[in-house]
Amino acid sequence: MKKLLILSGKGGTGKTTVAAAFIDLLNAEAFADCDVDAPNLHLVAGMNTLPERWDYYGSQKAFIDPEKCIGCGVCLDNCRFEAVTLRDGICEVNEYACEGCGVCEYVCPQSAVTMRDDVSGEQLLYKDSRVFSTATLKMGRGNSGKLVTEVKKTLVNAAPDSKLAVIDGSPGVGCPVIASISGVDLVLIVAEPSLSGIHDMERILKTADILRAKAAVCVNKYDACMEKTKDIEKYCQENKVPFMGRVPFDKQASAAVNEGHSLALVDCSARAALANILKNLRLLLLEDAK
Amino acid sequence: MKIAIPVNENKSESSICVSFGRAPYFMLHDVEEKTTKYIANTAAEAQGGAGLKAAQLIVDSGANILLTIRCGQNAAEALNAAQIKIYKADGLGVAENLAAFLEGKLAPMTQFHAGFHGHQ
Amino acid sequence: MKLAVLSGKGGTGKTFVSVNLAAAAGSAIYIDCDVEEPNGRIFLRPENLISKTINIKQPVFDSEKCTGCRKCVAFCRFNALVYVKTKPMLFSEVCHSCGGCRLVCPSGAVSETEKPVGNVECGKSGDIRVVTGCMDLGEASGIPVIRAALAEAPDTDDLTVIDCPPGSACSVMESIQAADYCLLVAEPTAFGLHNFKMVYELVSLLHKPCGAVINKAGGKYTELDDFCCEHGVPVLLRIPYSEKLARLGASGQIAALSDSEYAEMFRSLLGDIRREAHV
Repeated sequence: MKKLLILSGKGGTGKTTVAAAFIDLLNAEAFADCDVDAPNLHLVAGMNTLPERWDYYGSQKAFIDPEKCIGCGVCLDNCRFEAVTLRDGICEVNEYACEGCGVCEYVCPQSAVTMRDDVSGEQLLYKDSRVFSTATLKMGRGNSGKLVTEVKKTLVNAAPDSKLAVIDGSPGVGCPVIASISGVDLVLIVAEPSLSGIHDMERILKTADILRAKAAVCVNKYDACMEKTKDIEKYCQENKVPFMGRVPFDKQASAAVNEGHSLALVDCSARAALANILKNLRLLLLEDAK
Repeated sequence: MKIAIPVNENKSESSICVSFGRAPYFMLHDVEEKTTKYIANTAAEAQGGAGLKAAQLIVDSGANILLTIRCGQNAAEALNAAQIKIYKADGLGVAENLAAFLEGKLAPMTQFHAGFHGHQ
Repeated sequence: MKLAVLSGKGGTGKTFVSVNLAAAAGSAIYIDCDVEEPNGRIFLRPENLISKTINIKQPVFDSEKCTGCRKCVAFCRFNALVYVKTKPMLFSEVCHSCGGCRLVCPSGAVSETEKPVGNVECGKSGDIRVVTGCMDLGEASGIPVIRAALAEAPDTDDLTVIDCPPGSACSVMESIQAADYCLLVAEPTAFGLHNFKMVYELVSLLHKPCGAVINKAGGKYTELDDFCCEHGVPVLLRIPYSEKLARLGASGQIAALSDSEYAEMFRSLLGDIRREAHV
């Protein structure tokens, strides 16, 4: 299975909109939403079956037994993550800050701390004629990287014969992005023609480079600022980053999303531009295969 | 010489497991004594850093050689430090790969996949 | 007042709103907690910059003192240590810097060294103190940098605007911990509403009073307004989509400083927030 990952650096550039359009244009049999912090792809994927769902266990979390705790605060003193508070003479673990390292369990003189399995989120797998793997992370949780890895693994296991899978990624350059880049064949960065957009694009390109992943760039809503679009194209040329094309701002895009489908089903200028970008991406993927 | 191979089951008919860090078992074959034993891979259920935990198991097993389909950068670094040589397995057959290795037909592993940053 | 500006969805205009509020206030502290992709300083262009490196601690093993007992290897829940030959090897990208290995070592063979994970840059833009947290590329978590950035703002009566990362995960939670009021910026689309609900759940969990700003407003999508109405989230401002704004933003300009209409809009918003926050 070849995997195409859609990233952006900056949020709101159109990753999910682009991913959804590609999925329809390709008639992709396998796709995933790795933006586990704020998944959106299911809103436009048009799956018509209920998904299989199962709990996702992230790291364990510490639990302090209030009966055994004497409020000595040794756990608090040793916690590097500011995850313990002392209240009314008893120590409590903040489940959001706890990273499950086990130091408090080790130092507690009363053996009042135990490490417990923690449900940090939920994985979902939709299967009709296509396979769609996604997940949601519980509020304020970390470990999004591990969940991203599980989402991808689930996808590969559920559709081992699929040739090209499309993966919708998350904004930023941290943990979930790093986990999503691992093992993909091509990263497409959807860039926004603005100073912030360019700044963030450069950071995500550098991140992909650090992880030795092949990356290409396209510009979305390019006509919002021709000057910055040209700056992006120039940057790509100077840094030998393959440039896949530009997509115009198209009101039909959000209209389609609000109606719950991708813009591949609407005859519009954005669709035509995306079809062209997809063609270029496939050529790039073929080129690498040689 | 002791050769370690990640395998799917703890029996001789088993095939090679495509994952190193998450393989259910490691087969350990002693070339001189002509014995084979199986070690359960406790790293398979690890929250993260499975490749590293598996590498520790291999280091502790006394193996000199690892035959594997894949191996991560971090695990490779640990194995190199322990002077354990890593070779790329060809196909999923255990007996075939052992024979190929002893005949000098297997290539040393040169491509290591990037760490999953504690997520696999 | 510590005002956190957040959104579930990326690209809705957190930095746009944060930067303009700080500019409209005249004198304020602006803290960029979107340490993976900090953008506020592109607009505020702070001067007299002072940068400090933010470090986390990493263990170092002394092979002379190490007896090979391997208590550290057994303790590490992240499997960051592999014992080879004379001492444990550290794999720093999976190390969480919990300090546990140092605590469990019976021979005093573990000491700590500092590993840089990012920096916090402070500067001035007019009367706005600009604090920017920036995480080093390749690092998994920006939380230590977020903490350090927030620590630059002493408890003050001055308005502190905290520009948060997108989403509702751990880094966002860290950013809003000390906030007095949360301003949720959303866009009126299906994606926007879906993510708005998530961030609304987060601020409710932390019992933070909140209000909404609907950006790129206009058009037929009413579900976002309906949600706010049903949940008693006051919509403090609706900013219509405007090409002029888009162009100002694309070129790094602050609307409230370039255009009197927007200056008034954000001054007014600030007033409304102050009123709401005291309720």
